[in-house]
Parts: sequence; C-alpha cells; structure tokens
Amino acid sequence: MTRVYTPADTLAVSLGADAVAQALEQSGFEVVRTGSRGMAWLEPLIEVDTPGGRVGYGPVAAADVASLAPVLAAGGPHKLCIGKIDAHPWMARQTRITFARCGVVDPLSVEDYLAHGGLRGLKRALEIGWEATIAEITQSGLRGRGGAGFPAGVKWKGAAEAKSARKYVVCNADEGDSGTFADRMIMEGDPMALIEGMAIAAFAIGASKGYIYSRSEYPLANATFEKALCAVRAAGGLGPHAFGTNHAFDIELRIGAGAYVCGEETALLESLEGKRGQVRAKPPLPVHEGLFGQPTVINNVLTLATAPWIMAHGADAYAKLGSGRSRGTIPLQLAGNVKFPGLYEAPFGLTLGEIVNDIGGGTATGRPVRAVQCGGPLGAYFPPALFDTPYDYEAFAARDGLIGHGGVVVFDDSVDMAAQARFAMEFCAIESCGKCTPCRIGAVRGQEVIDRIIAGEDGAIALLEDLCRTMKLGSLCALGGFTPYPVLSALRHFHEDFAQPRTRTKVAS
Amino acid sequence: MAEPWNEAAAETVIAPFTALEGPLLPMLHGLQGAFGCIPPEATAFLAEKLNLSRAEVHGVVSFYHDFRRTPAGRTVVKLCRAEACQAMGGDGLSQALLRRLGVDWNQTTPDGAITVAPVYCLGLCAAAPAALIGDKPAARLDAKTLIEKVEALR
Repeated sequence: MTRVYTPADTLAVSLGADAVAQALEQSGFEVVRTGSRGMAWLEPLIEVDTPGGRVGYGPVAAADVASLAPVLAAGGPHKLCIGKIDAHPWMARQTRITFARCGVVDPLSVEDYLAHGGLRGLKRALEIGWEATIAEITQSGLRGRGGAGFPAGVKWKGAAEAKSARKYVVCNADEGDSGTFADRMIMEGDPMALIEGMAIAAFAIGASKGYIYSRSEYPLANATFEKALCAVRAAGGLGPHAFGTNHAFDIELRIGAGAYVCGEETALLESLEGKRGQVRAKPPLPVHEGLFGQPTVINNVLTLATAPWIMAHGADAYAKLGSGRSRGTIPLQLAGNVKFPGLYEAPFGLTLGEIVNDIGGGTATGRPVRAVQCGGPLGAYFPPALFDTPYDYEAFAARDGLIGHGGVVVFDDSVDMAAQARFAMEFCAIESCGKCTPCRIGAVRGQEVIDRIIAGEDGAIALLEDLCRTMKLGSLCALGGFTPYPVLSALRHFHEDFAQPRTRTKVAS
Repeated sequence: MAEPWNEAAAETVIAPFTALEGPLLPMLHGLQGAFGCIPPEATAFLAEKLNLSRAEVHGVVSFYHDFRRTPAGRTVVKLCRAEACQAMGGDGLSQALLRRLGVDWNQTTPDGAITVAPVYCLGLCAAAPAALIGDKPAARLDAKTLIEKVEALR
C-alpha cells in the first residue's frame, strides 16, 4: 500500500488537510499524518516516497485525490506536483537544524523519532555529564529564541549552581506574537525534539519536573503535544527512570487563557502558579527564584528544541553558522502580505531585503512592499530603505528594531502606518497586566495622543515621543517597554502618514 | 451542551486537578468547559476548595480574556485582529461578519448561535486572514467564505 504523508499541522488543517487525508484513505492509501514543511502557500502539501526521495503535491484539495490516485504510487507527474521536496528551491537553500524533522516524521512515533536521529543529543549529554553539557550549550552560542536573546548556557549554569531540592524546567510555548508560528509547528511536527531538549535541560540543572505553557489559541497543537507526551511516557522516556536513567523527570502541559503578557517569563510563572499573569520585578531572576520560588530554567520552544541537535553534533557545528554574536540558525516566519509565506530556517545574517524579496517573493497582492514589521507586535516597522539590515540581534538593535521570535510581517502600500501605530498602543492597552503605570496608563494615553495627531494636532507628536520615552524607560517588562518600537518606527519612517491632509483612508478601529 | 451550575458536577470536574501544583487555571478551564462560563458560585466554590479568598479567585477569572462570567453562544467565532491578518485585509473581514450578524465584538446573536470574539494571533499568519470557528481553524479567508462557514452554524 502506498504511504502518503499528509500534514496534520493546524495551518494545513485550516486549509482542508483532514478532508484530503480522508479522501486518500478512502482511495486505499496508507496515510501518515505529519507536521508541516513550512511551505504555507503549498498547503495542504502531500508527499510520497520514491527511490530518489520524497515527491510532493500541493496545494491539494479533497477533490484532487481522484486525479492524483493513479500517479501517487510512482510519484508521477500531475499538475500539482512540485517535484522532489529536498530539491525545491525553498527547501534546498535552507539550513534545517531545529526543523530538520518537521514535516518529515510521524510526530507521535517514538520509532520514527529514533530512526531520524532522535535521542542522540540526550545520550551524549548523559555521557559527558551536566557541566560539560552546559559548557557545550554555552559554546554553541545558542541564545534565547523567545526574543530576548539571552545566552541559554548562562541561564542553565545559573540554575544548575543554585542550591535547592526542587528545580523546574519551564518551556515557554505562549507564542503570542503576530506573525509567528514556529513553536506551534514544532509542537505539531517534532514534539519529541522539544521533550528531548527539556530532558537535557532538566538533567543539566537537576530538575525533576518540567512544564510546558502553551496557548488556548492552539487547540490542535496542544492535543498533538499531549499525545506525544503520552507516547514518550509509555516508552519509558518520562517517569521515575526517565530514558532508562536514575533521574526522575516528567513534563506537564498547561494551557494559558488568552493573555498575551503571559509570554513574558515571570508573568508565565505567575500564571502557572494559578495567579493573575502579572509581571514580577527582577531580581530575583527565575534561575534563582522562579516557579514556586524554586530555581527555574525558562526557555522558549525553539531554544529547547535546538539543544538536542547541538548536543548530538557538537557546539562548533552550530557556532560556525551565523553572523556576529548571533550564532546558529534562526527559524524565520514569513507572514502577512507575502507571496511565499511560511517557515524558513537559515543561519543569521541574511539581509531583510533577501528575506522579504528573494525568499518571500514580495507581496501576495503584487503591490509594492511598504513596511515590514519584525519581531511581533512589539517590533519595529522597517521601510524598504532599511532592507540592507542583516538579520541578527545586534544589527537590528542598532537600527532601533528587534528580531524577537523571528516573525516577519509584510505590508503592501495600502497600509496606513498611523493606524498601525495606534493599533500598537491599543494592543498594549488591551494586554497590559496593569502592574506598572507607564504601560497601564501610557498605552491608553498613547491611543488618545495618536488620535489627536490623526485629527491634525501636529503639536501632539512631541508629546507622543515623550510618552514613548517614558514607556520605554519606565516599564517593568517588554510589553510596555517595547510598544514604542512600532510606534516610533512608524512615526520616523512613515511620517507622511501622520501629516495632513491624510491621504490614506484606513480607519483606525 | 453546557449545564447549569451544580456543585456535585463541579466536584467531578475539578477532581483530576486537585493533586496538581498551582491547579487554579486547569480547574477554571474545566469548569468553563462544563458550565459554559465561570458563574459567581464557581468563584466561591474554588475559593473554598483552594483556601483562597473569593477576591483572589475573582482576580484570576477577570484577568484572563478566555474566562467568561456569562455563557457565550453555541459557537464562538474567534477572528484574528493581529498584524499579519491586518496585512491581508482582516479588518474588512471582521467588519463584514459583524455587520452581517448585527453584533459587535464579544456579543452573541439574538438566537444564541454565535458569539464573535477578537483574538490576537492564531499562529496561522502564513495563511492570513484566519479564524477559529468553534475548535476548527480556518485560514486564507475572504468575507464570502467566512460568512458561509458561520451561517452554516445557525
């Protein structure tokens, strides 16, 4: 029976992948549900094995299955055939490390995971011991992929050296940034890499309990991840003798309740404890006093899911990729008004222009690119004039931007940047945890001041700049502290949208 | 689907979570799943169970966007209002649906069928604009398709 790989990734399902899978089964094919390869414009993208590698077809609708059925066994020609997946230009130019298995393996099969290099990193970590493991992660240059870019090894070392009978590893899967979906894709496409990464961190710091904090907006990903946890637990990977060792380790999946600010690490810890998701003042740092007051390593999904590869291949193999102090690869997420949206993993250092135009193919609408928001709702808007900016933490910071969690949202020339600036303030007001005044009050005043500017009060621009400075310097966390990035970048690079007469008609909501 | 408040049922709902560390959010999700909202009785009930004040429980319920004090319609349609969907005409899509249903954000149609709620990112940004209709994700939407999908629920 011909095996057809069909994604069960939420994005593919939202475009009809379940109906395709059902039609394939009814036509007598063996369907293996996988994650996504990240070529979103081709989803649902189905694949079959051929002697020369996997051949793909997409975007497939259930109605296409009848015409595909005769050719699938041989990977034969069809109008939807995109040829060999690995040879497709979008895939061939990538350096897939974190996403090497995503879309390839059955995410719920321990056997498949092992057959594709799974657990090699954990085995090596156990062989070389915790100190050498942490040294390896430090040497690799791996930095926190949630957005802050803090060196992962330094964090692990702090928690390892903290004295306590109880420690925690917490995975931050509260992926709330618009334009990002990499965490979701890992949870759905290669959940066992994340489990292995959490286990490596747990052994390194001496933790026996792990939590993954995900989002209620990700129901399918959560269900898949819970199943993966059960499969690993059944195979002996989690429990009193995790992975056949004398270490006890287990992981619990927790679901948030729609609060963006819980992606901030201390708010996340509060939420896990069953409280309002309000940000904590630091210090103490979570590595010293984190979850329930115990030493805690809290890392993003991508950071943890990359640790197994680094342990398996060595720090140098990872560190030799990248640019400046940004080592290794970044899973870029191209979204919004872009011709070829999806997940593209590449070493740091591509320019923003290469990402948007060469990889993304420009806009989906075919109109000129006007603005690109990098790093989620707290990230700056870049105009095409800054497309020479290399994609790395420091280069973006030098241009008053941030790479955040790797989201790149493209807008065409119909965008009203004054409305976008206002939305940044509106979003901050909706999602503020309320603990600090610059964020709680500042975001509300910010909307009002932008409304006055839009109404023609030019003098209010200085007030807005002053307010942004207060929010940036006075807020307790990145929500209030970074909301000025989109606002000020819109004001600086797209000043004409704030001037009179207003030529753009999009009404701020 | 959702039943009226009843303490015995609530006991059953929270039973699997009593041994967890920090069990309040899992319990609230469970209770909202069973009763369609977090009624005032649930706040008192959880305060008693977890040795918290009612104010503390109320503070948590009111903090999170997901928890409702009154039941929603039979299906909640969550429309993404975040930037990636804005870039693909999400605002126009939302306005078209709200106009068609004659409701505003977070309101329910008079027949009790549909509540329209804003959501800030569903992780479907590479196929914007997107929505979550009940628990079914939908993407690359246009107004016509969205309205058809939603009207089919009435």
